[in-house]
Amino acid sequence: MNLRTPEARGPAAALLHIDWTRCDGRGLCTEILPELLARDDWGYPLAYGYGSAGAGSNVPVPDTLLAAAADAVSLCPRQALTLVDP
Amino acid sequence: MNEALWALGRGTGVVSLALFTVSVLLGILNRSGRPLFTLPRFSVALVHRNVALLATAFLAIHLVTLFGDSYAQLRLVDFVVPFLGAAKPFWLGLGTLAVDLMLAIVITALLRGVVGVRVFKAVHWLTYLMWPVALLHSIGNGTDVGQTWFIAFAATCSIAVVAALVWRLSRGFIEYQNVRVERAS
Repeated sequence: MNLRTPEARGPAAALLHIDWTRCDGRGLCTEILPELLARDDWGYPLAYGYGSAGAGSNVPVPDTLLAAAADAVSLCPRQALTLVDP
Repeated sequence: MNEALWALGRGTGVVSLALFTVSVLLGILNRSGRPLFTLPRFSVALVHRNVALLATAFLAIHLVTLFGDSYAQLRLVDFVVPFLGAAKPFWLGLGTLAVDLMLAIVITALLRGVVGVRVFKAVHWLTYLMWPVALLHSIGNGTDVGQTWFIAFAATCSIAVVAALVWRLSRGFIEYQNVRVERAS
């Protein structure tokens, strides 16, 4: 399933908020959500389709990836992730 | 029955220490942000947690089976308050201390979302105290300490953890450390 553009993802069931003051680029979320997140050159998560425009702090999560996103939230070693309403 | 409990009590102590050692190693690996061969990072985190919980379960059996043992002479207070034991109070007290530390570490880890990342991290650092205290307890209190297998076991655990610590303190420990430091300067 290619969800690497905002159009392909369809409507967002939630937003995955990344708190950049906490994020340390450990890479767990990018493993759990490879459809949504890549790692930048320094190891930090980078949302597909949003570039460096700054919108990558609130990543739209489609319904099909909601469970995986919840796993990413609970497993983030820095507790940098939260799911918020779109 | 007493013999069986005694054997179980000793065996579970050794297994618990072995599992805690594995968990410490996985925790250090996890902190580096690296996967374990083909095991992804989030799996390393989960195995780290589950091995620690398994070690805790073995530790519980270790305590229960040695409770009331005629050699260990444990009372309930010895499960919580260190250095009050009837037999070998210092070495037993180290075991009690390790249990107290372990409870604090496990509870704050399971309630990580509630206590917050600062409290979790501060308490989790106590593992670096808990593990050597538990090892010393096994050496000072263990009745198998003269056996070759136990010496080999304790030496293997110690070398593994010391090696992991040396790696932990080395430059380049963090997965992206070199690129982050290089580009920043």
